[in-house]
Amino acid sequence: MFAARLSRQLKAARTLRSARRISTTSARQSDALFVHRDTTYNNPKIAFEFNPDNLKRAEEIISRYPPQYRKAAVIPLLDLGQRQNKGWTSISVMNYVAKLLEMPPMRVYEVATFYTMFNREPIGEHFVQVCTTTPCMLRGAYDILDTVCKDLGGIKPGETTKDGKFTVIEVECQGACSNAPMLVVGDDFYEDLTPETTKKVLEAFRKGEKPKPGPQSGRLTSENSAGLTALTSKPPGPGEFCTPEFS
Amino acid sequence: MLRLVSSASRPASTGILGVVAPSTSARHGRRAFGSTSSRHADITLTVDGKEVTVPQGSALIQACEAAGATIPRFCYHDRLAIAGNCRMCLVEVERSPKPVASCAMPAMPGAKVFTNTPLVHEAREGVMEFLLSNHPLDCPICDQGGECDLQDQSMRYGADRTRFHEIAGKRAVEDKDLGPLVKTSMNRCIQCTRCVRFANEVAGVEELGTTGRGNDMQIGMYVEKTMNSELSGNIVDLCPVGALTSKPYAFHARPWELKHTDSIDVMDALGSNIRVDSRGVAVMRIQPRPNDDVNEEWISDKTRYAYDGLKFQRLTTPLVKQGHRFVNASWEDALTAIAEGLARSGAKGDEIQAVAGHLADTETLVALKDLVNRLGSDNLTLDSPGGHAAPVHSVDVRSNYLFNSTIPGVERADAILLVGTNPRHEAAVLNSRIRKSWLHTGLEVGLIGERVDTTYGYDYLGNDAKVVADFVAGKGAFAEKFKAAKNPLIIVGSSLVEHADGTGVYNALAKFVEQNKAKLLTPEWNGFSVLQRVASRPAAYDIGFVPSKKASSVKPKFIYLLNADEVDPKSIPRDAFVVYQGHHGDLGAQLADVCLPAAAYTEKSTTWVNTEGRSQLGRAAVPPPGASREDWKIVRALSEIVGSPLPYDDVLSLRDRMWDISPTLVRYGVTEATSTEATLAGLKTLIAGTNGAKVAGTPLKKPIDNFYQTDPISRASVTMAQCTRAFTKGEAYGFSEISSQPQASYA
Repeated sequence: MFAARLSRQLKAARTLRSARRISTTSARQSDALFVHRDTTYNNPKIAFEFNPDNLKRAEEIISRYPPQYRKAAVIPLLDLGQRQNKGWTSISVMNYVAKLLEMPPMRVYEVATFYTMFNREPIGEHFVQVCTTTPCMLRGAYDILDTVCKDLGGIKPGETTKDGKFTVIEVECQGACSNAPMLVVGDDFYEDLTPETTKKVLEAFRKGEKPKPGPQSGRLTSENSAGLTALTSKPPGPGEFCTPEFS
Repeated sequence: MLRLVSSASRPASTGILGVVAPSTSARHGRRAFGSTSSRHADITLTVDGKEVTVPQGSALIQACEAAGATIPRFCYHDRLAIAGNCRMCLVEVERSPKPVASCAMPAMPGAKVFTNTPLVHEAREGVMEFLLSNHPLDCPICDQGGECDLQDQSMRYGADRTRFHEIAGKRAVEDKDLGPLVKTSMNRCIQCTRCVRFANEVAGVEELGTTGRGNDMQIGMYVEKTMNSELSGNIVDLCPVGALTSKPYAFHARPWELKHTDSIDVMDALGSNIRVDSRGVAVMRIQPRPNDDVNEEWISDKTRYAYDGLKFQRLTTPLVKQGHRFVNASWEDALTAIAEGLARSGAKGDEIQAVAGHLADTETLVALKDLVNRLGSDNLTLDSPGGHAAPVHSVDVRSNYLFNSTIPGVERADAILLVGTNPRHEAAVLNSRIRKSWLHTGLEVGLIGERVDTTYGYDYLGNDAKVVADFVAGKGAFAEKFKAAKNPLIIVGSSLVEHADGTGVYNALAKFVEQNKAKLLTPEWNGFSVLQRVASRPAAYDIGFVPSKKASSVKPKFIYLLNADEVDPKSIPRDAFVVYQGHHGDLGAQLADVCLPAAAYTEKSTTWVNTEGRSQLGRAAVPPPGASREDWKIVRALSEIVGSPLPYDDVLSLRDRMWDISPTLVRYGVTEATSTEATLAGLKTLIAGTNGAKVAGTPLKKPIDNFYQTDPISRASVTMAQCTRAFTKGEAYGFSEISSQPQASYA
């Protein structure tokens, strides 16, 4: 994404060179807008309410906090709302949470804009988050990112495929560095990726299947990929080496 | 609306903030959870080798101030909660491994603080460099230039060259549209969050906040909205940089061109202390002047922005009506015309009526009363509905019509009953005090009157005199809370005297106060307050500018309208000779046969008595326009022509006369509490005068429908008209086109 941004700026700088301007700095744009704009798909008039299941969950979450600190439940409730609202937090979700927790809507907007995992724009059915932080980057995360982008029809990070099935973004460390490189689809981690296995994972999702989460190289969790060097024997199971009355 | 937990690090000197909040209410279940009580012990510490003693709980920055060391700051403000996010106030504390943000650090006994060491300077220079790295270098076109904290402090701590070489450029934030009063230029924002804290704590606008984080953090409302508050102009003063500036004042003047004149505001009866900034003969802007006893540091938007009304619709020459047209006249001709009109009308005794309007100053009221009395009349009328009759509360004892608890006293109250008043519109700054108290203490508020959006929660009791009777009888939950309160306070609105049931309500409340005098009337606490909404009214009552019973029934033949622009045209007989004295061609001037151009409040040095009975001296900032003259001088000149000259030739002897009437009128800057005995005697006469009043039960109405236009000045103001459209009516207003146009980028 950085590369994409840089090339855009270079292009802008080139066109500027011909005409003399007072200002030569290009606008620095962030990933997301931190103001709300009414659109046909995201405006306060679209109704949102928790379904009965989620309402029950919400009440359980609120009951974890003392009554005067109801507002402490804002993050779990926003998450619940995001899950119900196809993976993104619309202005209606925020307003509904504010109403439910009896707090000014602005306080909810502050939280929702602070945390990057609240998507304030619609996303595709499968939300692909590719980690490009240092350990993953060293293990070839940008190849994975390029593979994902190419495989999904040449979209750029931050974009959604035309059929609305996939959204790709670049994220920071997800805490699976020992299995780098990795990507996240929905709530599941796909680790130890190569461009080939990445394609397989995406293909499976495209077909509507759910590939097995975890390392795609075949190793178990984050075991030594060259085979175990210690603790190679079978771990004692329950009841082994016990006196007969306990076995 | 959530109440804040009172923070332990607040200075004890701000009093109310440290008070414990007992949780009592079931309805407002989200009370503060604060449990530490304020302790007023003093502690001693050393700042730059100087010993200094401050109350426990003071911030370190306050201790440094007390020791005479100036600490640079952006986010810290005495009257707002502490944020500690600008990091400019770093100081060195002994045995602390790194510099300490002095605003967020409580002063500790025995601490050794250094504010002038190389470490401190380096730290501040570092902070300044970071602040400047994203701040546009547009001081020459910035309205804050010359009074900008960032500009001033960068002169001391800023580097003279930049190390900023980011390819991506400086942070760019889009401007927000907060309405016709506050202009935003968010690129300049340094995210001190003073405006956010002010809006949430003081103004009660809980829609302003910060969105995003890190470098992308910005101030705003997230959704597109105007900042609908009567106090929004104060965020312009609070902003330490040019991110929030005044829209009406934009690009009009530079601070070093302005002459500052300390004066008093007349848009409501609070008597807010203001500073009038003028250039030549024009008032360029109005700013608040700190006065802890009155307005703290805030003023309402009407006070701040109605000044452009002083330029429009002014009366500049005397006018005499010939046929159906006004013709310019000299002062001599106009005054002679009045003398002839008086003679021709054949008005004798009480048929001469004087009407005192909203913006009449005390000097002129005294002079006019003396003149009318000399002409043998007692027909002194107030410019309000029912003003032709003597008010139901008599004016013999001051406590019957004044705000006896005093304005800072409101913060001591733990239960407030509002009767027929909406303080948010009648005294916006007072309302912020009630909100402050509501937020930080267990204050209970009850409201009898029209339902309104105050900026705090209240128990709604009802809307008519019968509810008052129920309350007095002790019925209802709020009456019980009120009984249990230690410092209960009843705030009676000024519109109650104008209401048909006013007599009955006054009677019931006066009896209630008398019965509960153990709590409501003690030498320490006077819990019966009348909130006036008109600047001239307390002074008019003080000097007895009210009609006698006999005079009030007489049909006038000669009417003298002194700044009276709210009169009902039907109340003026067709054949009466009408004189209007005032500064604006508003309603009163239309009714007149002769118009005398007078000075507005920024153009004369006169006495104003606020709702507490505090007399304050306004000062002339600019000369009156054209041929207009100071008000009292006009009355004095007229007295000469009608043949009964007044015995004062200069303002000093006029003030001697005021001293004779009531010494409180010229004891400037103080309130004199009425003694408990006198208050009780006043209540007794009030009860005796109102006994047996019938209660019709007509609903009480709020007296101010449109906060932004209540007097001739604000009605003539373009800014106030835009506010009316934007906030009262909720329409689009004139300025949004400008701000939505693309602006050149400055880097």
